[in-house]
Amino acid sequence: MAEILTPTKALSVNPLKASQPIGASLAFLGIAECMPLEHGARGCTSFNKLYFMRHFNEPIALQTTAMDQTTTVLGADDNVVEALATICAKNAPKVIGLVTTGLSEMQGADVPRTVQEFRKKHPEFAHVAVVPVSASDTLGCLETGFAAAVEAIVRAMVPHRPTSRKHPRQVNVLASSALSPGDLEELRAWIEAFGLTPILLPDLGGSLDGHLIEQGFSTLTYGGVSREEIEGMADSAATLVIGRSMARAADALQAQTGTPDFRFDQLIGLPACDAFTQILSDISGRPVPEIFGRKRAQLTDAMVDCQFQFGGAKVGIAADSDLLAALVDFFHGMGAHVVAAVASARAARLAELPIEDVVVGDLEDFEILTRAREADLIVTNSHGAEVARRTGAVLLRAGFPIYDSYGAHADPWIGYGGTRRLIFAAANLLASHYQELRPYVSKYKQAAQTC
Amino acid sequence: MKPEDIAALLNEPACAHNKESKSGCAKPAPGATQGGCCFDGARNALLPIADVAHIVHGPIGCAGSSWDNRGTRSSGPDIFRTGMTTDLTDMDVIMGHGEKRLYQSIKQAVETYKPAAVFVYNTCVPALQGDDIEAVAKRAQQKFGVAVIPVDCAGFYGNKNLGNRVAGDAATRYIIGTREPEAPAYEIPGVTRHDVNLVGEWNVGGEFWNVSPLFDELGLRVLCSFSGDSRFAEVQTMHRAQANMVVCSKAMLAVARKLEQDYQIPWFEGSFYGMRDTSEAFRNFARLLNDPDLTERVEKLIAREEARVEAALAPLRDKLRGKRVLIFTGGYKSWSVVSAMQDLGMIVVATGTEKSTEEDKARIRELMGDDARMISDNDQLALIDVFHDTKAEILIAGDRYIYPTLKSRIPFLDIDHVRRIGYAGYDGLIELARNLDHAAHSPVWAQVRSEPAWATAGARPRPRAVA
Repeated sequence: MAEILTPTKALSVNPLKASQPIGASLAFLGIAECMPLEHGARGCTSFNKLYFMRHFNEPIALQTTAMDQTTTVLGADDNVVEALATICAKNAPKVIGLVTTGLSEMQGADVPRTVQEFRKKHPEFAHVAVVPVSASDTLGCLETGFAAAVEAIVRAMVPHRPTSRKHPRQVNVLASSALSPGDLEELRAWIEAFGLTPILLPDLGGSLDGHLIEQGFSTLTYGGVSREEIEGMADSAATLVIGRSMARAADALQAQTGTPDFRFDQLIGLPACDAFTQILSDISGRPVPEIFGRKRAQLTDAMVDCQFQFGGAKVGIAADSDLLAALVDFFHGMGAHVVAAVASARAARLAELPIEDVVVGDLEDFEILTRAREADLIVTNSHGAEVARRTGAVLLRAGFPIYDSYGAHADPWIGYGGTRRLIFAAANLLASHYQELRPYVSKYKQAAQTC
Repeated sequence: MKPEDIAALLNEPACAHNKESKSGCAKPAPGATQGGCCFDGARNALLPIADVAHIVHGPIGCAGSSWDNRGTRSSGPDIFRTGMTTDLTDMDVIMGHGEKRLYQSIKQAVETYKPAAVFVYNTCVPALQGDDIEAVAKRAQQKFGVAVIPVDCAGFYGNKNLGNRVAGDAATRYIIGTREPEAPAYEIPGVTRHDVNLVGEWNVGGEFWNVSPLFDELGLRVLCSFSGDSRFAEVQTMHRAQANMVVCSKAMLAVARKLEQDYQIPWFEGSFYGMRDTSEAFRNFARLLNDPDLTERVEKLIAREEARVEAALAPLRDKLRGKRVLIFTGGYKSWSVVSAMQDLGMIVVATGTEKSTEEDKARIRELMGDDARMISDNDQLALIDVFHDTKAEILIAGDRYIYPTLKSRIPFLDIDHVRRIGYAGYDGLIELARNLDHAAHSPVWAQVRSEPAWATAGARPRPRAVA
């Protein structure tokens, strides 16, 4: 059981946390032919767009209601209606995610009512789904904003069909923001290996994996789960939920569809992989394909080969709670000591972690902790590079944003193969950090001239 | 090398094997042999001499897969880590260009790297060809003004152990005694300085640096640590030591014996692995040097260091006490590591004696009792069986055994020369204990021994899709 520590300082230095709106927008980026629209000042969107562009090396579909001084005071509902109409006319999306920000939330914007107004005023765009999400950046973090958007999408787009006939080979997947596009691709293949057809909500692996398309540039998303597929989620035989942050979205989906769900905190590490593989076998009614025995054997081999590097290694991790918790479990399971854990926001699971304490804080807290507790390896986003430089630890990049390394978003760390890759990556960094004994030159040493 | 020269090297009077009816070391069994050749042993023994260019005269097979493969460390020059080979080709062999190529190679090494000396290691192909590396070395030395030492160590001459002897022979024959020690640049007021050598200490992972400051503190000048972190000029002065310690007992006995024979330098065998052995090594120096003041200072130092180590070990000892350990290393480590494990309160269930002498075995009996289980077979499968038979919990062995062991899901600690971790001396014991704790208690073992439900049972019935 971990003690949750909340530093009582006024200033957040080197923030770890990214905002809820950015997380909510990310969820919409995993829907096909979609445009997330942030209801706020233009700067929010500009920053967020750049944030994702640098992380994914992709153009990012993201729009703003561009609240200004006048509309902020007198009401910005018209901005919303105008923005929705403009996007519909210009970009012809199938889905618009309408994400509030601290500014519009504080102003007291009644977004659902404004959407009704848009419907009345623009019946010609009735075919475009609009999904409002309340995502103030005065609360939570990227992970919670992402989860809130998934919940909103479920509530707005998945039909209420609790007693419908279920498609026996179709499964829903609700995966938290801790999973990268590479992870989601791996997850899809894992599920498909059992003859099941997954619907991933959202499917960042389909949209932000980084792939060229024939038309070249698109103003909308480059792929992702389609509106029709989301509607079809009502008829799936099972729902797989990955990450504790997805709990509310999963509750909503279950209530609406009656589909049983199977919840996993993470898919990194041998026990989690075994459990998930078992569930896939149970759901599909098929034996586990032989390839998984092989992959498992490769993973366990990597575990024994690399345990020397992990044994006693001191690791610091700073991330949103689902990723933080998954990595704490992983490093713990490999024999390393997690000496510093910093979460960007509170989450129920943090208290359950098998470490002494978890700080809800920033990268300054992280730096102080990792320095004081002499971490060998730190795991966090690209801002950790400076922390690593100053403390002498080595950095394993994880989470958001990763802007100084190519392909980080494409690297799967889940599943047998992904865990193995993570083991190698971390072991190599730990090996590179190993401090050999410092040379001692005897005071009596002869041949000193050749030293 | 002529058969009689090989026989002479094998006939090591100080080696207890030769006092028994069968002489020398066991012959290898084709198809069932592990371990390196004569070249491997010779180069291993000399490579740590850091300011020397080590040229492997042979085709790429010899050096290509083995250069810079040792954990030995230097506090200064690092020419020894530059891989050099004549890389003989078909044409060199057919046309007999080997010697010419070697001569040119020495020239290039001298011009490019300016080494203190050049060592030339002979290998199977040029040996079979009949290349006269001694003559080439002589000519090159005259021409380039740098010592060039031929080491005739073709792989087919014999095993690694023979190679160690060849190396020692080359050192005593060509290097030791060719220079007088420098006047010491440092003296401790009121303390009589003594000059000593270490023979067979390789400074793996820099581990001798754990011990070296204690020598300084005691007023013991290490003229040469042969050959870890040594310089060519140091090896030249080894004949002036007042006492030698043979650290790796078997391989380098001949060097100590030769120094005793030619220069009347007394010697003892010891080890820096474990607390007891480290302390014992200093006591033995004091004994051989016959200096009461030194004896007194040694005892003070030992008391201080042992108290310090005890304090650091206390928490680790609690975790390791009673753990059953199987040790499988050759030679001197078969007993020196036993003693280190016992220092930690662990139970040594068996120890390997593959390359151990009769004397090594006697020491084992001293440590483990008369019914000590010794394993002389180097069969890896048999070793794993012994592990299970003896209900051992961790295996300590050389790097050759690491992967068979890990494949068997058995905790393992590497004690061989390729490691980067230093285990020698008082601080080395603490590091050793720490690594043993990590290896033995890694949560990985339970996980990799687990079987997923899906591997044993068929698919379970599918859950019903209900609200």
